[in-house]
Amino acid sequence: MEKEMINLTIDGQKVIVPKGTTILNAAKKAGIDIPTLCFLKDINEVGDCRMCIVEVEGRRGFATSCIQTVEEGMVVHTHTPNVLEARHVILDLIISNHAKDCLTCTRSGNCELQTLATKFNVLNIEFDGERTEHKIDDLSPSIVRDFNKCILCRRCVAACKNVQKIGAIDCINRGFESCISTVGDHSLNDVNCTFCGQCIEACPTGALHEKETINDVWVKLKDPDTTVIVQTAPAVRVALGEEFGMPIGTNVVGKMVTALKRLGFDKVFDTNTGADLTIMEEANEFVERFKKNDNLPMITSCSPGWVKYIEMNYPELLPHLSSCKSPHQMFGAILKTYYPKREGLDPSKIYVVSVMPCIAKKFERQRPEMKEDDLYDVDNVITTRELARMIKQANIEFEKLEDSNFDSPMGEASGAGAIFGTTGGVMEAALRTAQDTLTGEDLPKIDFEQVRGGEGIKRATINIAGKEINVVAASGLANAKTILEEIKSGKANYQFVEIMACPGGCIMGGGQPIKSSKIRAEVDVRKLRADAIYSIDERSIVRKSHENPVMKKLYADFLEKPGSEIAEKLLHTTYTKRKKYNI
Amino acid sequence: MKSLQEIHELREEKRKELDLRVNTKADTREKHILVCHGTGCTSSKSPQILESFRKILKERNITNVRVIKTGCFGLCAKGPIVIIRPEDTFYSLVTPDDCEEIIEKHIINGERVERLLCKDIDGKLVNSLDELNFYKKQKRIALKNCGVVNPEEIDEYIAFDGYKALEKVLKEMSQDGVIDVIKESGLRGRGGAGFPTGKKWELTKASEGEQKYVVCNADEGDPGAFMDRSILEGDPHSVLEAMMIAGYAIGANKGYIYVRAEYPIAVQRLKIAINQARDYGILGENVFDTDFSFDVEIRLGAGAFVCGEETALLESIEGKRGQPRVKPPYPAQSGLWGKPTLINNVETYANIAQIILNGAKWYSSIGTESSKGTKVFALGGNVNNIGLVEVPMGTTLREIIYDIGGGIPNGREFKAAQTGGPSGGCIPKEHLDTPIDYESLKEIGSMMGSGGLIVMDDTKCMVCLAKFYLEFTVSESCGKCTPCRIGTKRMLEILERLCNGEGEELDIYKLEKLAVNIQESSICGLGQSAPNPVISTLKYFREEFRQHAIQKECRTLECKAMAKITIDEEKCKGCGLCQKHCPVNAIDGIGRDKRIINQEKCIKCGTCISTCPFHAIGN
Amino acid sequence: MNEEANNKKDNFIESLFEEYKPIKDNLIQMLNEVQEHYGYIPKDAQKALSEFLDIPMAEIYGVVTFYSRFTLKPKGKYNISVCLGTACYVKGSQKIMDRLKDRLQIEPGETTQDGLFSIEKTRCVGACGLAPVFTVNGEVYGKATVKKLDEVLDGILNKENS
Repeated sequence: MEKEMINLTIDGQKVIVPKGTTILNAAKKAGIDIPTLCFLKDINEVGDCRMCIVEVEGRRGFATSCIQTVEEGMVVHTHTPNVLEARHVILDLIISNHAKDCLTCTRSGNCELQTLATKFNVLNIEFDGERTEHKIDDLSPSIVRDFNKCILCRRCVAACKNVQKIGAIDCINRGFESCISTVGDHSLNDVNCTFCGQCIEACPTGALHEKETINDVWVKLKDPDTTVIVQTAPAVRVALGEEFGMPIGTNVVGKMVTALKRLGFDKVFDTNTGADLTIMEEANEFVERFKKNDNLPMITSCSPGWVKYIEMNYPELLPHLSSCKSPHQMFGAILKTYYPKREGLDPSKIYVVSVMPCIAKKFERQRPEMKEDDLYDVDNVITTRELARMIKQANIEFEKLEDSNFDSPMGEASGAGAIFGTTGGVMEAALRTAQDTLTGEDLPKIDFEQVRGGEGIKRATINIAGKEINVVAASGLANAKTILEEIKSGKANYQFVEIMACPGGCIMGGGQPIKSSKIRAEVDVRKLRADAIYSIDERSIVRKSHENPVMKKLYADFLEKPGSEIAEKLLHTTYTKRKKYNI
Repeated sequence: MKSLQEIHELREEKRKELDLRVNTKADTREKHILVCHGTGCTSSKSPQILESFRKILKERNITNVRVIKTGCFGLCAKGPIVIIRPEDTFYSLVTPDDCEEIIEKHIINGERVERLLCKDIDGKLVNSLDELNFYKKQKRIALKNCGVVNPEEIDEYIAFDGYKALEKVLKEMSQDGVIDVIKESGLRGRGGAGFPTGKKWELTKASEGEQKYVVCNADEGDPGAFMDRSILEGDPHSVLEAMMIAGYAIGANKGYIYVRAEYPIAVQRLKIAINQARDYGILGENVFDTDFSFDVEIRLGAGAFVCGEETALLESIEGKRGQPRVKPPYPAQSGLWGKPTLINNVETYANIAQIILNGAKWYSSIGTESSKGTKVFALGGNVNNIGLVEVPMGTTLREIIYDIGGGIPNGREFKAAQTGGPSGGCIPKEHLDTPIDYESLKEIGSMMGSGGLIVMDDTKCMVCLAKFYLEFTVSESCGKCTPCRIGTKRMLEILERLCNGEGEELDIYKLEKLAVNIQESSICGLGQSAPNPVISTLKYFREEFRQHAIQKECRTLECKAMAKITIDEEKCKGCGLCQKHCPVNAIDGIGRDKRIINQEKCIKCGTCISTCPFHAIGN
Repeated sequence: MNEEANNKKDNFIESLFEEYKPIKDNLIQMLNEVQEHYGYIPKDAQKALSEFLDIPMAEIYGVVTFYSRFTLKPKGKYNISVCLGTACYVKGSQKIMDRLKDRLQIEPGETTQDGLFSIEKTRCVGACGLAPVFTVNGEVYGKATVKKLDEVLDGILNKENS
């Protein structure tokens, strides 16, 4: 049915938009950019900050353009003197209660408040006064909360509570004392936070950021006795370029490898190879469990935020989790055992850095299960954003770099490894291998379109060797909850479940470049990054993990076969029930 | 369960029995001793008075006298109040020790206890309620049953035409018919803004939806206003009946009463009323053998003024922080759990049954062109007759303050009256003769609000008053939107500076700029109206602000930082009276010495000023 | 908190779980009961409600800190509240409050070190005819003066010291 169209006038321009369109979007259509601050498309549409106010003829008071919808014949003015003064006062008030240490802020240059202050030419604070003070929480391995920079937009709360259905943080107190906090202002370490980092992606200022660990990397890089190995996750290469002004969805893998080498890493490997290894183990585990009908559905375990979530919220379902470590952990374990043996290095002198789109990986890395003989699989996890910072600190002009290739012998990966970075990718990669294993053939059909795309939950039934397999790929923890409830109540009959903590998967992880509300309203960031990932897969010669020659050699030389004793020891892990609140 | 027939019989029988309550010439040998049990009188021991009466009557074996607890009579300043019917004798400031004498003299010997009779402002001894000037200009519609019936007895409510309007509506009227009557009556919301009630009902009825709700806003949070509480305490059934009528009119079968937990007596009486109405089958399925069903639940607030704002109230009923929603959509379209919801406040509901029974014409004949009916005010502050008054719309402030309220005590001058609480404004002397209605109050920079009416004499500093209200708003702001969260705080900081003698002229300009912008850009009524006390005081008392800002001077004692109390050596006779009364021993001197104030110890309370018989002490 | 108090608490919370359905809307009603019962909202009660109603603790904490009736700490043996409603304010209740803060050296919402006194400000207790008023554990003292307050405080201190 044709949607009813509404005619209105904005700043003298006639606009026709479908019924239900907000004034903000209608203005956007007319090329008018109304400023916003608390607005975050689909996530936080509440009209709290009041920056987006406009005048509507015949209406008392201002209209809230980010949520109020157009009406037939409406006449809107977006920059009358009254509106401009009100916005200026609002901005002045927000800044008056904000720590103005922009020079030493991680978000300087990418701060929505700073952008507005520039746009409105705020040169002094007219209504200065008392500031609320908050202690900084930097006790968790993943997230730093510095609410002296918080502007109470509540985008983080919406991301945590509504999108992820976690609710680790919420608005507390009231009036001027209002702030965003955990229960009792305890550290995120001690509450139900999964460290997914979606709050950081939502934050317009520097109130929430990752726990930065690049200084440790610099120190190790300068240490001649340490072999510093870096591995980069599949999602990093399709987002890193954004930090250098390149279009969203640009694959910068070649430049990234060159930059890493310039930074002084001794070896630059690809976590995609680790992903292939994960598939070898995980597909095998699935086939075994499928045959025995053992704890089905099997649920993927490569998203550490998701793993922490199930440990805290559904410990009774833990047997469903695949015992596989995540790709970078598996890869780290190999880099501390097989690799030094082969290269004649002392494992204790190897320092493995993972560049990840994820901040939960910072937590995962230091889980007690993630070490062997007192050596951690991975010694440091930095995010895509932190890598960009390192590149900038090293005076490298990223955009001008030549391409280079990952180092051998651990640098080759299949297309299956590449798609790990997006929701549905782990599932698809595993199915490619599992179907060959189950049928004993080399099947040509390898694209599983049913589990691709941006929906939060993608269900499909796949026929392999005459058997129907019900699969589902869910991303975002709210969707995870839905699936777990289905499993718990016995309503659903899945055999294989893929879950990623971040909506859209790793490409939208909490360690990825932060996109402003304006960009997120205008383009589909997830799709652009996902398209880049799928095109890497498409252009790969090897597109099944088990056909990756590196895998063949690794198993022949060292791991014997998937699920072998040594593979179990190095590549698999255990999970424990975890208290939601340690307070 | 009672059948309709049984209720009719009950009404007739009870009405006869209770005739003495409203008829001084009632033909009866019985007497009823009515003891006020509103919060005010309860605080000054009226329950003990009731017990004492009952005990004495029992001891003396007197059987033709009943002791009744009632809601508020209104004249709280004279509480605890005891009224004896049918003769309508009004005893004030009664203590439990007085009961013996009242029984002995009044009940047994038929003489009045003169010393307990109330003295009117003119000094005349008042025999009965009707003689009091306080009541003469009042017209009681919403408070009709307050002080007449026992609020804990549904039978007494029924006796005075209770649930008769509901029966009429269910048996004789269509939904639209009910809405038409309310519209024609001209009734407007008594909670503050004065939205036409019938229009609200019509909009809610017109909204699509299977499930609709009726909500009673009993979250009266205006500091110094207690109209709604008194109605709930004195006549809870009138609210229940009106909610049912509204439920029928808009097509809702479920109601919520959102009431402050700080009103324990009101909550208790509401609970009793709901249970009694359920027992009689009035609340429940198939009311009066019709298809209409209705039930009510009480929801307790937990101390947040903003929850008086209708959308914040809805959030709170849903178990959340009481943070207002952006309107539109209005509750009539999307209210509780997204369903169309009708919200009216207590006083609005208290008018409904009367309008249905007496007709729209009767109601609209009372009041002014734009504002019909009566309004209840909680009269407080520097006025003699503190209490609850109900007057027709259009009554002037002067009539309320001087004729009803008895004027300003201690021979002081009137300075300003404040209506509308933290959302309202100050009205100066020159507007005392403005007939009060929604529009006129707005015109002079104030608003009706829920009905708080605070009188201030010339010892009050208007900058401090503005600061007082801003303190209130700042501590009650929910914190959701920027202008209210930070803007009101900044206004308060400026007012604090002014009161501390640290302000400057620019501060007045800043106050005005903030005020206008907060008004225009806040999400809800609380923020939009928060600057009103500042704007109105600036409008009428600008000079006082300038004195604070420029001369660093406050003519009253309220701005302590600027006050310096000194004793005029010439006038001081060394009597030492000031020294005796000073609460902090800040006055030095012995014998017939001239006294000196130790400025370090002085807390500027002003006690010495008022005690000095020679007017030797001043600021 | 001692063992006995703990057990008592568990029983009370359990009795609430029988009375109320596990629906989110009931949060404030249940918190009101907890506040009434313990005089404050213990952390364990927040935890138990979080489980029962499936509401994150941060959200419950947000609700508790929003409504002024809910407190996170036990009140003093003598909880004194001064009415700062307009009617009382105009009659000078701020002086009473200032004196109280001065004598006890605490701010509204706080409890003295010895747990004897806590003070709070209320908005209209409804006894405007008696303005200004303060209450001690709910008992109303009307037409209050600084002197009257001092007498009441001294009376309590004498009683406690003897």
